[in-house]
Parts: sequence; C-alpha cells; structure tokens
Amino acid sequence: MNIASAISAFFRPRTWKLGLKSLVLHPMRSGLTVLGIFFGVVSVIWLLAIGEGISREAQARIEDLGAENVIVRSIKPPDSGGATSTRTVDSFGVTRAEKELIETTIPTIGRVLPIREVQQRFAYNGNPNSKPVDGRLVGCTNGYAEVTRLFVDRGRFLSSVEVNGSKSVCVIAANLANRLFPSEDPLGKQIYVQDKKEFFKIVGVLKPRNASAAIGGSLAAQDFSLDVYIPITTMRQRMGDLEINRSNGSFVVKSFELTQITIQVAEVDDVKRTAKLVEATLKAGKIDRQDIAIVVPFELLEQAEFTRIVFMVFMGFIAAVSLLVGGIGIMNIMLATVTERTREIGIRRALGAKRSDIVLQFLVETISLSVIGGIMGILVGLLCPLAIELLKSITASSAPEMYASLPGDITDMRPVIVPFSIPLAFCISVAVGVFFGLYPAYRAAQMDPIEALRHE
Amino acid sequence: MSVAANETQIDGGVKLAASIRDLTKHYVLKSETVRALRGVSFDVPESDYIAIMGPSGSGKSTLLNLLGCLDRPTTGSFFLGDDDVASMSDDELSFIRASRIGFVFQAYNLIAQLSVVENIEVPLYYTGRLDKSSRQRSTDLARMVGLADRLDHRPTQLSGGQQQRVAIARSLVNNPYFILADEATGNLDSVTTSEILAMFQKLNDEGRTIIMVTHEDEVAAHAKRVIRLRDGEVQVDEPIKNRETFTVEQIQSYQR
Repeated sequence: MNIASAISAFFRPRTWKLGLKSLVLHPMRSGLTVLGIFFGVVSVIWLLAIGEGISREAQARIEDLGAENVIVRSIKPPDSGGATSTRTVDSFGVTRAEKELIETTIPTIGRVLPIREVQQRFAYNGNPNSKPVDGRLVGCTNGYAEVTRLFVDRGRFLSSVEVNGSKSVCVIAANLANRLFPSEDPLGKQIYVQDKKEFFKIVGVLKPRNASAAIGGSLAAQDFSLDVYIPITTMRQRMGDLEINRSNGSFVVKSFELTQITIQVAEVDDVKRTAKLVEATLKAGKIDRQDIAIVVPFELLEQAEFTRIVFMVFMGFIAAVSLLVGGIGIMNIMLATVTERTREIGIRRALGAKRSDIVLQFLVETISLSVIGGIMGILVGLLCPLAIELLKSITASSAPEMYASLPGDITDMRPVIVPFSIPLAFCISVAVGVFFGLYPAYRAAQMDPIEALRHE
Repeated sequence: MSVAANETQIDGGVKLAASIRDLTKHYVLKSETVRALRGVSFDVPESDYIAIMGPSGSGKSTLLNLLGCLDRPTTGSFFLGDDDVASMSDDELSFIRASRIGFVFQAYNLIAQLSVVENIEVPLYYTGRLDKSSRQRSTDLARMVGLADRLDHRPTQLSGGQQQRVAIARSLVNNPYFILADEATGNLDSVTTSEILAMFQKLNDEGRTIIMVTHEDEVAAHAKRVIRLRDGEVQVDEPIKNRETFTVEQIQSYQR
C-alpha cells in the first residue's frame, strides 16, 4: 500500500470536502453521532474545570496559612473523670516556655509568633446606638499581620514598641469596624471589652479577608472577620491565663498560656524537618500529648495537590467513559454506513480506488464527525464558568434555604478552565474518530469490488 | 481526442488495445471447482467495437470482470498495452482501472452525493491527476454528452438516459484503452437505448475502442464484431454481417 500517497491524500482539501458531503447527506444521523462526542468533550472540560475550581478554593485557603509556617494549636482536652466539680483547673496547650525553647533550640527557624485568642464582646461607648458585637480578641505580636497575610486598609498594624510596652492599642477587622462604626471613622476611637472592663485605642483597620482552611483535626475554619488584635503582652498583663465563660448558668473555666504559636521556617525546604523537630520538642517526655495539634500547611498543600490529582484522574475517568460511549456510537453508525454504502464502495473500487483510498474516505468521515463534535464541545465547555454562575444565581433566587444550606466549598466554587483540557479534549476527539473509525473503514476496504457492485 | 499511446504494435501496423491469451478462471466453491473460463483468447485491435454475448453460465460475467481488471485470472495473460495485468497486485490493478479502462454499467452507478461534473472527475481523482484543467475537461465531456446545462445536478435529478450519458462521459475522462460497457442499455427504454447506442457508434467512429457485454441481439447488431461464449470457451468470434448503424442525421438528432 502506498502510504505516502495515502498521507498526501489525507491532507487534500477535496478528501475532506467529499467526507463532509457524505455526512450532510444524512444530517439527522450525523447530528446524533456528533452529539455523542459533543457530550463527551463537554464533560471532560466541565469536570476538569469544576475539579480545578474546587481544589483551587481549598488550596487558596491552605496557602493563607503560609506554606513556610509550622503551626502549633492548643486544644482543650476532653474532660477526664466526668462531671466532678473540681476547683483546680488544669492548664493545657502550648506554653510560653515551650515557645522559648523552640525559638532557641531549633536552628532552621526564622521567628516564632505567640498568639492567644479569646472570645469577647466588644462595644463602642461613643455611640449609644451601636450594639455590642461578639468577636475574637487576639493577642499577638507585630509580625502577626505579615505571617497571617492580613493587610491594613487604613492606619497601621501593631508596632514592636506597643508590643514591648504593653500598650492598650488595637487593630480591628473590617467587618467589625463596619458593625461598630457604621458612620464614624474608627481610627483613634476606643473599643470597650465589656467582660474585662478594658479600653483599647484603635490604630488600624484591616482589609476584609476570607476564612482560612480548617486547622488540625477538630478545629473549624478560622474566621478573621470579627477580630480585634492587641499586643499579647497587654493581654497577659491585663487578663492573665485564666478564661472564664458563662454558659447555661454554669461556668466554664479554661487555663492556657497560648492558643497558637506560628513558627516561621527560614527556608521552605526545611519545613518538614522543622515540623518533626517541633513535634519532638513538644512531645518530649509526653508522647501521647492530646492538648496540641501541629499543623504543617506545606504538607496540607502537598496533600491537597495529591487529592487534586486523584480527583482529576477520577473526573477524567468519568469523562473518558462518556467519550467511549460517544466513540462506540460513531463506530456503530459507521458500520451501518459502510453496509449501506457497499455499492458506492464497489463503484469507487471499479473506478480505480485503492483499498487505502477507501480506508481514508471512511476515516475522514469519522474524524470529521468527531472533530465537529469536539469543537462544539470545546465551545460549550468554555461556557462552564458562566453556566455555573447562572445555575448558582437561579438556585439562590428560587430556593434560598437550600442554597444557604449548601457547603461553602460549593457556593464559593468558581470553575477554572484548565488550559490543557482544550487541546486534550480536541486530541481525544480526533483519537476517538481514528480509533473507532478504523475498523469500519477496514471492513469497507476489504470488500470484494465485484460483490460490492452487485449489492443492491 | 486521441487514444492513449504506447500500445502494442503487431504486424500489419494495427495497434492492439488489449490482448488475451489462454485465459482461465476457476472458482473453488466448497469442495467443487467451477471452471468458469477454460482458455479464452482474442485480440482487441484499436477502434474495434465488440459485443460479447452468451447465455448465463457461459462465463460472460467472469470475462467481464477480468477485462475490467476487477479480478485476476487463474492462468493465462491479459495484455493491456504493454503490461500483463494478470499478475498485478491489487493496488496496481486499481491504478490500471483508474487510468486505462472506462466503465459503463447497467445501473449507471453514479455516486449519489456528487454532482454531474464531480462524478465525471472521479477516475481522475484516483489516478491523482485531478487538477485545474480536469474540471474543464469534465465540463467539455458533459457538454459532449449533451448535459452542459446540468453540471451541478445530482444523479437523482436526472433521468436514466441522462445518468447513463454521465456514466459515458465518466468512462471517457481518463482517455481509456477501451470502454467496457456491461449491459449498458439494459435498464433503458428503446428510444433511450438507441440514443446511447448512437453515442457509442459516434465514439467508435472517432476511434474509441468499445467492448460491450449484452444478451440482446438487437443491441449486439450495432457492434462490428461479436464474440459468443459457451461453457467458458469462445464459440464464435466473427465480424457482424449486416451491421446496424445510425445515420449522421440520427446521431445529431439524439445529441440534442
């Protein structure tokens, strides 16, 4: 078989014109066949886009924690010994001493930030109409904003002078600023913490920030929207380590020195090693320590990347199945077409068509079908983000309760068209055309021209 | 239009379009061997007009398939010009069909999705000689068979006689060594039959070699020579006495 001439015929426009002409002869049949590939390609692009959207969402939340950080969180251990009304309160969590120890003994560390968070009720006494707001009082140092990726909208973040001098100053989150100061400039005003009877002067307002990823096993995602940041030194001086919350008529007493230490590692490459050292340091002598959780965002990122790949493979598999179905549809139609066009094949053979010409003719038709389906699929596939937005807004307006009950991962998800999915989808559709077209084309070419001419 | 060159010269200066020698064809059906042709020999000089006749089972169709290079003989040789096509490969035979033989079938056998002019071009397409001049050539041929005003029509929009005229134009497009007509008038009424036969006569008068297979004596009477087959052998090979011909006026009247 003269392969060179077959290849040159493959690139002749006339070959394709002829193929398209034959397809147009049966518009309904061709249309339905194209539809199979169309749905296959659309599903490839959509599934990949949605998968990418979800994983980017997760990744962004993890990245907000900082890939170069190792985070140690304090966890209140479950009450041991049941409902005994103990007078003594056991201290839990990571301590200042441990923070010092880590800071001084592990060489790969850049800096260590101590953080202490407590739930408080904030008020603004300058405006009698403003209601107190429940929020989080965060004791931290001047490096906190940078490491936690908080950005100042107006004013400034806490300074080292204020931290060292235990000043009564604070920086507040955007949402809280809007709630307490709907019509005033919060800068220079004082926030009042009712339980502690303390005033803090506002020196800065932050930009809004999305919630971060859930840290550790039982910890929920961190919401930064109602935070008040004060120097940790001030917090310790004014409030001590004991935390008393009234709930349901009883007291819950907690004693902890720090809620979290964020350990910034100098080199990202050292993160994993450093995390191991931190763990060894904290668990030295008490292996089954339950009151801390060590979170390594870098590892979470790696995990998320792995999950993403597994997800992609899974999505790809589903899409592949739908393409397979489309391909089988094409093959089915082409086999029927070959039988139906036996006589035409006979005529062409009699007029001088080689077997390779016949193979080429049918192959061109299947490739045309699958490529048309593929291109249409790509065009509709590109509409994915738009369609998802539309779907979301329709759901939100027609069934608001249902929409509200959907997890944030779904409502916040924006599909991201994966660039490689477009050439991929196109190549797959061509490959499907070739793969599922070859057998029918081969069958057509193997026909005896004399028999084929006699066929009615 | 000149007939293709390169043809075998025999004594007396008459060129041969084709020459077959001791052609046999055996089919093996289950355990039985059917000897469809048992040694057939004849020459086809250029400008000849041969009618091949014979009852069914005489080997007529087998001979037609061999002459059309659609099949290979069991033994014997078939010279088409200088080449023995009896031993050619499938692809080589395809090329011979596309370049040296003009087919006219009983059922016209036009390709439904192609227009008149595109149908005429098909053999050129398979010889790889399709270029800008071929469209002009196809158009000229369509004009010659009286279909100049229907170049873009589809076969289904044409009558039987018109379709057969397209088929004749198609058979001429590659300047064949001979036209092989298989019951070319079998599906046509008597008026259209005369029209087609007149066209064959005109082409033969212009120097075209025509081999037609038929079972109708009235049709065969228009040829110059008749070969009658019986049981796979040539029973009669003789010139036709009292050949029926169309007058120039008749031919012209059919051309319209």
